[in-house]
Amino acid sequence: MSVAAAADPAMGITLDKVTKRFPKRGSDEGFVAVDRVDLHIDPGDMVALLGKTGCGKSTIFNMVSGLLEPSEGKVSVAGHDPFHEFDWFRGKVAIVFQNDRLLPWRTALQNVELGLELLGVPHEERRKQAMDWLSRLGLKGHEHDYPHALSGGMRQRVSIARAFATNAGLLLCDEPFSALDEMTANRLREEFSALVRENRKTAVFITHSINEALQIGDRIIVLERPAKIAYDVRLDRATGEAEKEAIRDRIKEVLAL
Amino acid sequence: MGSTIILSRIFWSVAPFLLLAALWQFASLWFPPFLFPSLVDVFRRVFQILVDLGQFVDVLATVGRILAGLFGAFVLGGLLAVLMNRSPGVDRFISPILTFFQGIPALSWVVFAIIWFHGIEFRIFFIMVMTTLPAFTFQMIGALQAMSKDLFEMVLSFRPTRLQMFRTMVLPAVLPEILTAWKVNLGNAARVVVVAELVGATGGVGYQLLQQQQLFDMAGALAWTFQLVFFVLITQQIITMIERYAFRYRAVSERSL
Ligand SMILES: Nc1ncnc2c1ncn2[C@@H]1O[C@H](COP(=O)(O)OP(=O)(O)OP(=O)(O)O)[C@@H](O)[C@H]1O
Ligand SMILES: [Mg+2]
Repeated sequence: MSVAAAADPAMGITLDKVTKRFPKRGSDEGFVAVDRVDLHIDPGDMVALLGKTGCGKSTIFNMVSGLLEPSEGKVSVAGHDPFHEFDWFRGKVAIVFQNDRLLPWRTALQNVELGLELLGVPHEERRKQAMDWLSRLGLKGHEHDYPHALSGGMRQRVSIARAFATNAGLLLCDEPFSALDEMTANRLREEFSALVRENRKTAVFITHSINEALQIGDRIIVLERPAKIAYDVRLDRATGEAEKEAIRDRIKEVLAL
Repeated sequence: MGSTIILSRIFWSVAPFLLLAALWQFASLWFPPFLFPSLVDVFRRVFQILVDLGQFVDVLATVGRILAGLFGAFVLGGLLAVLMNRSPGVDRFISPILTFFQGIPALSWVVFAIIWFHGIEFRIFFIMVMTTLPAFTFQMIGALQAMSKDLFEMVLSFRPTRLQMFRTMVLPAVLPEILTAWKVNLGNAARVVVVAELVGATGGVGYQLLQQQQLFDMAGALAWTFQLVFFVLITQQIITMIERYAFRYRAVSERSL
């Protein structure tokens, strides 16, 4: 089954002088959202991506997930080009979008099933997995609700369940925990981090919370505007509290620029 | 909802028709039957047509022509809409032609059809398609363009096949507009079809109307007209029921416009 196959060893990501320009009225060269970014993410890493609003984080995600084509440079994921070899990534990438993007005509359960359904998982099996994910995310009893009947945080959890259910090797999460209360967010961060490590997935998550980055990131990358790496630091279990404080101050400094 | 509210709602929806009928009946007392026949006569004729298979086949023939023409325009319009939506070049080419067609009176198509084609049924089909095609196409392009890009990309990120994309995303997204388009075009087609039947049909509501005109039989003319009106009312009601079921996922505001 493709879901099992999709759990193949985590995938690395390489960006080689990647630039993204958007067409802009009254400007020939367009609007530069991402400016010659060089970046390598190792397989199995959990990377936090920080940066001011509008600095190009979501744009980078869209290029890594194959939804946008870089204007210049090369993006490669596990040695493949996400944009031009789009179908190669079937079942290998899962995305938690910045907004929940639930299909309004599907119930919570059917939304979580979507990815599995598109991967051809049989009905019984995908229903069971989707149920399981919904209860892990605290949505028991809301399986058959339509999105309009769910709160913002509940919708976001459904979209997290939808992404995680496919068991993809690469997780791209755009502010996955931002619409949740602190308690729920904390619990989900722990679960997320355990899930990624247990299954040797590669995960990149965008966040505006320095705490969140420090809590679960193996590595923190801070971007300036337009997207360019301004600060890049690795953490591990040996990183002590004092060191973390120094990192926190440095991140604040970079973000304030 | 209280039963009195329902009753008053029913009353107000039929009141205008009751008034119209009363005025007509009043007029029938003062004018000769070939101008304002009594409604009793009219409804006797309506009933006769409904129970006499020899006459009812004329209604069925016309209904068949309406549905065949609409279905043809729907399929062709859907194809055009997809092509035009995919390529701006095709759009720029075909849009003006369709707009041009919209300005051509149904009667002109009747003349063209008589000159160009021989078979009666094909002439009618051609006229029905040509007169309903532009509206159908424009409505379907509108539906495709209004489809959420965010949701589309979300589904796309799972790398679905074309068919899967159509089934899980495109169809549910455009269905509301398509059903509305059917409702609008049914009304148009019911009005055009009797004109189309002037191409020499020897059966159908249009043919029967022509007969009544030659006999100066107002009651008959009304009775045949009502057959079409009933058909439109019934099909629209069926579509409304489909809508109520298919769009039960929609949120309703407790306040209305
Ligand atoms: N499709 C587009 N067309 C034109 N400009 C765009 C488009 N998408 C993004 N941009 C521009 O690119 C820049 C980066 O956008 P992006 O969505 O990547 O920001 P972000 O870092 O994710 O911000 P946030 O933290 O607010 O989500 C923005 O200035 C935005 O105006
Ligand atoms: Mg963003």
